Amino acid sequence: MALRVATPLRGGSRSSGIRRGERTAGWLFSLPVIVILGVFLFIPVVMAIWVSFSDWSGRGSPVSSGVNFIGVENYTDVTSGGGLAEKNFGTAIRNNAWYVVFVVPIQTVLSLFLAVLVNRAVLRGRSFFRMSFYFPSVTSSVAITVLWLFLFSTSGVINNVLSWFGVNGPNWFNDPRGIVHVALGSMGVGTAPEALSSHGFLGIDWWEWLSGPSFAMSAFILMAVFTTSGTFMLLFLAALQNINPELGEAASMDGANGRQRFWRITLPQLRPTLFTVLTLGLIGTWQVFDQIYTGTQGGPGKTTLTPAYLSYESAFIGQEWGRGSAIAFILFIIIIVFTVFQRWVLRERAVSKRRSYNYQATGKKS
Amino acid sequence: MTSHISRRLLGAGSLLLASALVLGACSSSDADPTTSNAPTGGDVAVGDLTSSGDALTLLIGSSGEAETTAVETAVAAWSAESGVEATVQVASDLAQQLSQGFAAGSPPDLFYMSPDAIGGYSSNGSLKAYGDLLANKADFYGPLVDNFTVDGDFYCAPKDFSTLALVINTDLWAAAGLTDADIPKTWDDLTAVSTTLTTDGRTGLAFGPEYQRIGVFFAEAGGGLVADGAAAANSPANVEALTYVQSNLKNGNFAFSSDLGAGWGGEAFGKQLAAMVIEGNWITGALTNDFPDVNYVVAELPSGPGGMGTLQYTNCWGMSADSPNQQAALDLVEYLTAPEQQLAFSAAFGPMPSIASAADAWTAANPKLAAFLAGAQYAQYLPSQVGANEVVSDLNSQLESLKDGDPAAILDSVQGNLEAVIQ
Repeated sequence: MALRVATPLRGGSRSSGIRRGERTAGWLFSLPVIVILGVFLFIPVVMAIWVSFSDWSGRGSPVSSGVNFIGVENYTDVTSGGGLAEKNFGTAIRNNAWYVVFVVPIQTVLSLFLAVLVNRAVLRGRSFFRMSFYFPSVTSSVAITVLWLFLFSTSGVINNVLSWFGVNGPNWFNDPRGIVHVALGSMGVGTAPEALSSHGFLGIDWWEWLSGPSFAMSAFILMAVFTTSGTFMLLFLAALQNINPELGEAASMDGANGRQRFWRITLPQLRPTLFTVLTLGLIGTWQVFDQIYTGTQGGPGKTTLTPAYLSYESAFIGQEWGRGSAIAFILFIIIIVFTVFQRWVLRERAVSKRRSYNYQATGKKS
Repeated sequence: MTSHISRRLLGAGSLLLASALVLGACSSSDADPTTSNAPTGGDVAVGDLTSSGDALTLLIGSSGEAETTAVETAVAAWSAESGVEATVQVASDLAQQLSQGFAAGSPPDLFYMSPDAIGGYSSNGSLKAYGDLLANKADFYGPLVDNFTVDGDFYCAPKDFSTLALVINTDLWAAAGLTDADIPKTWDDLTAVSTTLTTDGRTGLAFGPEYQRIGVFFAEAGGGLVADGAAAANSPANVEALTYVQSNLKNGNFAFSSDLGAGWGGEAFGKQLAAMVIEGNWITGALTNDFPDVNYVVAELPSGPGGMGTLQYTNCWGMSADSPNQQAALDLVEYLTAPEQQLAFSAAFGPMPSIASAADAWTAANPKLAAFLAGAQYAQYLPSQVGANEVVSDLNSQLESLKDGDPAAILDSVQGNLEAVIQ
């Protein structure tokens, strides 16, 4: 757009560079966005980085003269301080890691499955299903959290349904026991083996790391899967509709069955979308906040404490502003690392020799 | 290729520079409040307070329509009397909005402040310690004044308070064959009556799984998290208290409200899942609104090996150090904490007046609730040092699994955390 508008202006000018006018116009047109992003994104981020290295106490501007640079103290407090700050941070990372481990694979597989289902030409009332799967995604997460608190209360709908099958449902949002611990306990491993309980990381021992999500966190995991699968289904659906059906037909002609067509033809072509879905899933699950803030505030037994909520709590409730920012930046680094790792795993690879062998025409085999 | 990269670096560099300039400009304009108003020392005089014709802003965290209206009415009456304009804002998230005000250098003049925030706000100089200037200073209950005193400075006037007491369902009490003479006076009594009241589907005594309720047993055992300004979480008295609670939880005559499927003690009591609960004044309003058919009496908590004990909860009228009209704010606080205003607040939304001179009038108006006021004489309060909040929530997370836990080990871990906070 900018180019076209600018071109006539250039005609009369005697400037040496023929593109000078274009450049000014270009900057002029992008200025609003630069200013908005600068004021609302760039400056706050730079300021937060500064706060994470400072002793700002929450009063007055963080860049006034009374605020001092204190190095990485805020970071070492939460990563190796040995105190409650480190233990809380370790607990938050533990909880959120389990949340990610469960939510990301389940929501990705489920959304792909739903997308394949509603993509079928033979399905009657396709638009109805598409809409109903997508519906939870457009509802406010706060509203769904409140609904969830009712559904999963001790005498709520979920436990009522479970009781029809003779299952005595847990006290979901008040049960701090980790599901892995419960499973191990039912197999007779009730207490921590010495090797696990005597060593640890980030202030909590390995037995605690292995506890699994608590029942309260499991309810949030189900909720995340319920609310986000619809969105990702839409992404997969768009990608599926972009795939040329002729490829599938050609494969059928070569004798590929349905499963082979999905794994060998469809899925490889979905790789870019899969990357998007996994990245969005990872970012979203590491940043979980709304549900915790409205639902459990970190309880029961700190098992729904997440780094994002801990950052908020440290800053606004505990008045430890530097620590809050430091946690936020560690979280940022974790997300970047996971995204890069996942990008590396899903990179486009040259077809390996063993694989390419399968595709070679029989005549060429020597 | 290289020129492309260097141009990019140049661009990033200039952006950084520009933002640094903007930040610098921000800082130079706001008169540097962190250094100019250092925390005020012990001797303050009215002359130290700022004075101007500026209107006052009050930020309150309201429990509901009744409280908002009551505060607005009282403030409007003061405005008409004093000629100083004042507006009341209701915060949706008080801690967050206050923090924003302090950071921006434009905080409200007066605000509700809970004791757990006083450590942080006083140490960064956000608060004006005006307590000693109050004309009615001697009228406030001693434990409440202590609750808002940091390093010898009495910061702010307690606006009202509540204590915990034993709330008993009279119908279930009579049905179990108990009489007024059986109201528990000791821990043994409490164990006995709660066992009598426990039936299938109903527990004798319930309370939330948190130090904010279980702490009464610490107080009754003669303990408490802090003693003489030092951490004392694992004192023998506290271990005894927690062991007592644990053994009763195991026997089933005590239960956590959350284990009964209730959000808090009041809900467990209203739904008759428990015959007795340990709760504060706020339970009366909840029972009137949600469970009008439940009949109850309020009794003082039984005394333990260390005598009588309970916990108090209070808020004060915090005054910001950056307020341009502190003299008018002080006048407003004196007006709002006077007996007639506090009695009006109490009638509107429940809490007890923070001043001794209103006690008789309050007891006359609320004869059934006298046990709450009696608690003011021996109430303890939660530690309010910076970081103590986190220690208590860590304790709470361990209390949730108290039934299978080791009381001494729990308290040892709390002691370690608390020592790091209280130097």
